[in-house]
Order: sequence, then C-alpha cells, then structure tokens
Amino acid sequence: MRMEYEVVIGLEVHAQLATVSKIFCGCSTEFGGEANSQICPICLGLPGTLPVLNKKVVDYALMAGLALNCELSRHSKFDRKNYFYPDLPKAYQISQFDRPICQNGYIEIETAAGRKRIGITRIHMEEDAGKLNHEGSIDCSTGSLVDYNRTGVPLIEIVSEPDLRSPAETREYLNQLKQILQYLGVSDCNMEEGSLRCDANVSLRPLGQKEFGTKTELKNMNSFKAVEKALHYEITRQRSLLEQGKKVVQETRTWDDNLAQTISMREKEEAHDYRYFPEPDLLPLEVDHSWIEQIRSNLPELPREKKERFIDQYGLPEYDAGVLTASRALADFFEEGVRAYHEPKAISNWMMGEFLRLLKEAGITVEQAKITGQLLAELLQLIDEGTISSKLAKTVFAESFKTGKDPAAIVEEKGLKQISDQGQLDQLVSRVIAAHPAVVADIRNGKDQAIGFLVGQIMKETRGKANPGLVNKLIREKIETG
Amino acid sequence: MISKKDVEYIARLAHLEIDEQDKEVFTNQLGAILDYIDQLSQLETEGVEATAYTVPMKNVFREDRIATSISREKALANAPDQREGQFRVPPIIG
Amino acid sequence: MHLYELPIHQLRDKIDRQEVSPAEVLAAFYRRINEVEERVKAYITLTEEQAGVRASEPLSGPLAGVPLAIKDNISTAGIKTTCSSRLLANYVPPYDATVVNRLNQAGAIILGKTNLDEFAMGSSTENSGLYPTRNPWNLECVPGGSSGGSAAAVAAGAAAGALGSDTGGSIRQPAAFCGVVGLKPTYGNVSRYGLVAFASSLDQIGPITKDVADAALLLNAICGHDPLDSTSVDRPQPDYTQFIKEGVQGMRIGLPREYFSMDFDQEVKTSVLAAVQRLEQAGARVEEVSLPSADFALAAYYIIAPAEASSNLARYDGVRYGYRSKQNAKLSEMFTSTRSQGFGDEVKRRIMLGTYALSSGYYDAYYLKAQQARTLIKEDFDQLFKEYDLLISPTTPTTAFKFGEMSDPIDMYQADIFTVPVNIAGIPAISLPCGLDSKGLPIGLQMMGGHFAEGKILQAAYTLEQLLAFKEQPAEVGGAE
Repeated sequence: MRMEYEVVIGLEVHAQLATVSKIFCGCSTEFGGEANSQICPICLGLPGTLPVLNKKVVDYALMAGLALNCELSRHSKFDRKNYFYPDLPKAYQISQFDRPICQNGYIEIETAAGRKRIGITRIHMEEDAGKLNHEGSIDCSTGSLVDYNRTGVPLIEIVSEPDLRSPAETREYLNQLKQILQYLGVSDCNMEEGSLRCDANVSLRPLGQKEFGTKTELKNMNSFKAVEKALHYEITRQRSLLEQGKKVVQETRTWDDNLAQTISMREKEEAHDYRYFPEPDLLPLEVDHSWIEQIRSNLPELPREKKERFIDQYGLPEYDAGVLTASRALADFFEEGVRAYHEPKAISNWMMGEFLRLLKEAGITVEQAKITGQLLAELLQLIDEGTISSKLAKTVFAESFKTGKDPAAIVEEKGLKQISDQGQLDQLVSRVIAAHPAVVADIRNGKDQAIGFLVGQIMKETRGKANPGLVNKLIREKIETG
Repeated sequence: MISKKDVEYIARLAHLEIDEQDKEVFTNQLGAILDYIDQLSQLETEGVEATAYTVPMKNVFREDRIATSISREKALANAPDQREGQFRVPPIIG
Repeated sequence: MHLYELPIHQLRDKIDRQEVSPAEVLAAFYRRINEVEERVKAYITLTEEQAGVRASEPLSGPLAGVPLAIKDNISTAGIKTTCSSRLLANYVPPYDATVVNRLNQAGAIILGKTNLDEFAMGSSTENSGLYPTRNPWNLECVPGGSSGGSAAAVAAGAAAGALGSDTGGSIRQPAAFCGVVGLKPTYGNVSRYGLVAFASSLDQIGPITKDVADAALLLNAICGHDPLDSTSVDRPQPDYTQFIKEGVQGMRIGLPREYFSMDFDQEVKTSVLAAVQRLEQAGARVEEVSLPSADFALAAYYIIAPAEASSNLARYDGVRYGYRSKQNAKLSEMFTSTRSQGFGDEVKRRIMLGTYALSSGYYDAYYLKAQQARTLIKEDFDQLFKEYDLLISPTTPTTAFKFGEMSDPIDMYQADIFTVPVNIAGIPAISLPCGLDSKGLPIGLQMMGGHFAEGKILQAAYTLEQLLAFKEQPAEVGGAE
C-alpha cells in the first residue's frame, strides 16, 4: 500500500518597511536608484561610523506585531550577526537574536476545512544587505560588482510556525500577510522590487507521525506563484525520494523559475556560526504601555474587520465585501463613493465590473488610477437623473478613468447628454417605423421582442444618446395608434 | 582547553590564515590567556544581570528623515577595484 | 621659554594678547617636530600644508590657533587615517570624526596624526604596523600605548596637546609613561563617531596634555551630546575650566586595598602614597577601601574587548577600502589573504580570542560571564562613589619599560591592571605625573571618579599638580633649538 505523507511548511518572510530613510542612517530607501548613489559613510560601514535607530522602524514593527496578534516585548535589543560576504559592509548584520520585538502571534486563514490559525513565532527588525551583480554567469564569473544602495534598508522578518500543510494554505497565508501589511501601510509588499521576500522550510512525514521529517530550505522565490510552484516541486521531489526509500538531505535549495525546479546550493564554505552578541553601538529598546497604546489607537481597520463591516453596514454580499476589501485603496475608493451616493450595491457593481476591468487592462493599481469614488458617485447620479444612459455611462467612466475629469464635464464636452425631448424623438421614431414595415408587422402580430430592433435603430441614429425608455414608449404608442 | 583544531576552526571563521608553526604558538598563547581568564569562574554570578551598557540609557532614536548621502565618487574613492560605479570583487565561486 | 614648551592656556593668552600669531605658533611647533621627530617618531602623518592654510585664516574659539595632534584611529576627512595598520595604510576617510569637527569649530589646528599600537591594541606602540614610538624621557623605553604617539608628542613639545583613545588604559598608561596628563572621560561623555572602533562598549576619546588645566580646556571642546552616537549622553555640560581651582578640603578619597596589595614596583607605590599624603595634608579625608570584584576586571576585559574587536575588525576584508591582497583569484581567498597579510600578530591574537569567546557553545561561559562580572565591578564602584568622591591608585604597576622587555602577551596585559576596571565600569579617570623613579622615568597617579564626576577629578588633580609642582622635563629631547 502507498504511504500517505503529511506536508509541513514554515515560512520566513522579509518585508521591507515603508520608511523614507534607512534603518540606521539618513540615506534614501527609494528603489531603482543608480548603483551606489544612496550610500553614506554609515551604511557603507566606514571605520568609525555608528548606527542610530530610525524610530519609524520600531513603530512599524510594533504595528505589524499588533495586527498579527503578537505579544510585544517590553524589553528588546539589537544583536550582531557576524559573517563575511561582500554585500555586507560591516561583516555583520544588525539584527535581533534572543529578544525580538514581537513574539507568539498568529494569522487566520480560510481553508476548505474552515478557518485555520497559523502561528507566528516571532517578528524581528534588521537591516538589509547590498546587491551583488555577477559578471558573466555565476558559475564562470570573472568577478562580481557590489551596489550598496539597499544596504541598511529596514526589514522585518516574520517567522511562522510549521503550521502550513499545503502550497494552497501557504499561498493563502502569504495573501493574508501581504494584505495586512499593506493595510497597515508598513510595507508596500512589492515582490518584484524585492520588498517582500519569502523563504520556505518544507518537510514530509508519514501521516500520523509526530516527529518532523528532514526539511529543506527553499530560497529565491520571486512571486507568490513561484512560491506555490517551488513548494509543489519540492513536495513531489521529497515524496519520490521517500517512496524509493531514500533520505531527504537537509540543505538549502534555490528555485530556478526558468527550469521550474529547485536546485541544491553548494554548501557554503563558511560554517554557520554567527557569533551573535548584543550590538554595543545601540542602546536597549524599552516599549512601554503608553507607546503600545499610541500605536494601537492609530492602527487602521484590518481587512477582516473591514469585510465584516462592509457586510453589516452596507448590506453587501460576502463575495463583494471580500473583493472590495482586498486592498485598503479599493475599500477607501468604495467608501468615498458611498458617502456621495447612497446605493452601496450600485457602487460595488461598477467597481467590481468596470473599474477592476479597466485597472487590469491598464495594468495599474487603484492608487495609480485617476478616477475617484467621488467621481463614480457623480456618474451614478447623472444616470439617475436621466442625464445619460447607463450604456453611455460606461464610456464616460472609461474617459474619467483615463483623465480624472468629472463625468458632467465629459458629458458636456462630448455631447453625450441623453435625448429625452419627446418632440425631438417623435420625428425620428416616425421615420424608423416607416422604414421598417415588416418589423412593425411582426410586432403587431405579437412578436414583441422585435421592438428591440427598432429601439436599436434609433440608438444608432442618435449614437446612443436617446433615452431608451422614452423611445420604447413612443414606438409602442405609434404602432398602437398608427 | 583550547586545541589546535579549535584554533583552525576560529581562524577559518575569522578569515585568518595561520601557518603550521604559528598554529602551535597561537594555541599556546591563547591557552595561556584563557587560563588567566578562567579565574572568572570563581566569581559567583548566579542570577546577576549582564551589563552591556555602563551608562543606563535606552530608546535613542533618529527621525525618519532623509539626510544627504556622499557622492558616488567619494564613496568609491578608496575602493581597491571598481567598475561601472560599483565595488568589484573576485568571483564568489571559482 | 620656547613656545612649544607652553601649555595650551598660556599659548592662548599669548595669542589673545597678540604677542604671537597662530602662524608663528604653528611654525614653532613644526620646527620642534623637525628637531625631535627623528628620535621620537610620534607621528604617522604630518599635515603641514593644511595646517599652514588654516593658521592664515581668521580663527576664533577657545582653542583658536592651538596646534594639536590627533591619534591616527580618529577619522579626519581628506587625511589618511591608518590605525597604524597595513590594512588601512592608504585609507583616506571622506568624513571628520565629531571630535575633529568640534576641535575645528573651537579654532584648533591639526598638526598631524600620531602613532599607536595597531588598531589601539597594545600598551607600548611596539604593535604599530609602521614603527614604534620612543619615550622622550629615555629613547630605549616605550612611550606606553596605545596612544603612545600622542603622549610622546605632547611630552616632547611636538604638539601643544593631543587626542588619544582609551579602551583599557590607552590614554592614561602612555600619559603616565611620558610624564603628561591623560584624561579618560565617562563613557558617553565624548562622541565616538569617527573613532575607529576597537571595543565599542569600552572605547572613549580623551585629551592628553601638559597640565590639568589644558585637559579641562580640551574636554570642554570635545565633550557633549552627539546625535550621531547613540551611546553619547544628552545632559547639560558644565564648563570644566571652572574646576581648575585649588581645594580638596573635606574631599573623601578612597585607596582600593586590592590595588595597593598587588605585587608591583615599590618606587611607584611610594611615590603615589606620598602624593596622597600631600592631599591629606591639604584637607582631604583618605581611607582604605575595598573593591573586591576589581580583581576580575582584567579577565573580563580580555573577553569583552577581543569579542567586540573580532566583530569590529571583520569589515577589513579588502572590498571597499584599504589593502587588498594580490592573492585574489576567488573571493574567500581574497578575504583570508588580505586579512592575514594586513593584520599584525597582536591584532590576530585578539581577533582569534574574541572569535573563540563568541563562537557557539562558548558564549555563556565567556561573553555572558564577563558581562555579569561587569555588573559586579560596576556595582562595587557605584557603591564606593556613594561614600567617596575619588579613588586613587597608581596608573601603572611600573614606569616605562624597555623595548622588547614584555615579550609575553600576558605580561603586557598586566600593564593595564590598574586602568582596565575604569573602562569596564565606564567611569572617568585621569593620570597625572607624581614624581620620577630612580631611573629618571615619570610615575603616574590615577584618580577615578563616579560617572560624570570629571569636574571633581579635575579639581583634585589640579590641586595635587599645584602641590607637587612637577616641573621635570624629558631628558633626551630637551634643550637645543
């Protein structure tokens, strides 16, 4: 009989904090600058320089800790993690070892079997390293070039318990985590720019066994999709080893997106003896009650609370509420719209239909879009007032999306105002009826749906501007009386 | 007691190369220093807090503001090897 | 009296009264340097050109026109800062240490950078990666270390005053050996920003001067809060020169029994006790006291300092600045050969020791234990300073020793036995000359105070200085101009 295995996954996520300056010096954290243009004696580790802690880094770490249900450490400190690598200018990384800022939290995820709690072991603050660019390929390189712009960019590392049981759960955990961090505004969580990075520990054990199997550590997964693919690959690889009676080797493996497989990294010559000790250049951190309360009182509403509120307050279906609260910007857009236009479901429909479609087409984020919730509300009012048809409203929306202009102005400018003047339409209706006697006959014979054709003709003539309800009424009147 | 093997291990950790003859010397010298240091074991420290900072201070911060960085030329002025505005190092694997 | 023989406060008076110009003062000092440097070798780099330009500019401030020497482990923008190491032989920092900025703001002129034991590790300058400095009192003797260049320069009249750094005695011990005044401030009183780190939790910059009043003047200029150093203390700064007045009446002085019962040079002991007696006659109350944990200070020091050093000196890897070995076909080879060729033996020994103390399995037994010992040592001092204003001891167990005399590292470490506890506890201390031994070498007396008690120390030291009227001049470089 085939042995059943249970998958055990734990994640280490590094999130870049959204500060403007680095963790220990005043250099900019902006992404994409010219190599070595955002460095100073401090982040370059020049002899004699000293670190001074950016307060916002601690604020952000505490916010993340509260949102992830952690215990916040009253007494915390920084430690040095010593190892040699050219991207590490001081040959030690300032990190936190035995007194991380936050511990023992959790995230709740939705799984097929219901809601599940994934433990968070710890969150700690640390500095990022620089970037190595290899000349040629890594295996036959003539040298490497080092850019220290990233050095000293603030990170939090969020370490989960080995509570995840599948790639799908892992993805859900990451989605939740990303959503929460983005909601807090502590990280933009952009994986392409490296502001969210994820390493995974994976092992298999026979179903029912208590002890963990031998794990491998997966690195270099640059998107959520890559995380899922790498996990699937690694699980299959480990399962096949175990089924053949072979052993899994404890090692670090790197995900190669092109080859779509994990590859063993040659063991570094360096022994992993980081010789942690308290960073003597930084003083201890003491987080008192009032600091925590101040952070707590400024904590924004989190995705799950917001979703529930949207259902209660606006009577939205759960699905709508889920979509609209996927990002804080989307939810804010919605609420701005609802404030000015009191039919939440109508706002929701427009957002989930037109707005998301246009965002996807344009490949931009909610924040980058020019249209606002207020403008959408104004558009809906124009429909209600009969100023434009709902069909033309889509054109107006698209224009406002593109330009950020207000809908009334667009209607005016493009002459899209609905024709609701009976006198103006009468003539047109008469002409269309006269031009299509066969259709008129059909209608008279009870083929009621044929009326749509006549309406269509009139809309075509007026380029969509005719009030369709009025046109419908006029056609019926004329056919009945005629 | 520190052994020659320990000396080899810590030399590797510290990226120091020590020839055979010096290994003996270092092992003996470090051994003597550690012997001297061992008098600390006579000191009763059960339950004593560790002092990392002699001045009782905490929570020293800077505000999240951008300060001027130095120019790339200045940053690279001391570089033993550079190319394209970056610090150049020998191949990592090779 | 030659200009170079004058203490800073007298030079300042002359400059203020326009009896001499800063340029004339500067010229006098460079002439003196030319005269003695070949014998003393106090300097690594002389900055005659920059100094000349500066002396011709209008200078203002409490140190206007005063020519000073800076220990070569203190960062100076555009001026080589070598730490006497082959690894940094050509390193030119792009920034000034905070103390250098402050000296410049006070109007001082930098004469040059002085020699030291490589990365400040040593007690004789014999560990300099370049050449040893010689003691102006006897050229066959060491000047002490690690700030040996600064102390020798001041003693020889080759600088009006100097900055040194003190991790375990590196200001006070050479000051004692060279017959000058050396002050190690309270940890956190002077910014470390720009001081090339040896042991971060112990390092402190301080003045080396001809007399106590000068020490107060220089301390005034360099002390105070610096936002660039998290460990620098933000508190109101007194004007230290106000303590330059006589008076020890009613001052309570303790003599640590554990120090005086050690086996050390009898002449040193006699001379220090005689000086203490003078203070007693002047009205101080002197008692024997006990510092039981001080015996462990040196052992704790030789864990904490090398451990921090092993991490602080890891950055010298040949990537960003400094020396890079030619053996660099691949990265790890470049790292190892650069460091092996670049560091001297003493530095290597301490890096190895520190690496060992921090390596897995040993942290609790060594580093943690030493930090606990530190707590006890600090508590012992704190306790005593509730009852006593000052503690007095010799600065060093012997006077200056001969080159090569201390070949065993542990013997050399013992030279710091009286100075190290001060760094472990983070308190201030001064060394001032209290006499000569039968070989004609100066003897140093150490006064220690509680945290931020520099004022009291300066006042007692000034009083003693006036009582002793120590006016001897170094034999081997004196005279002829």
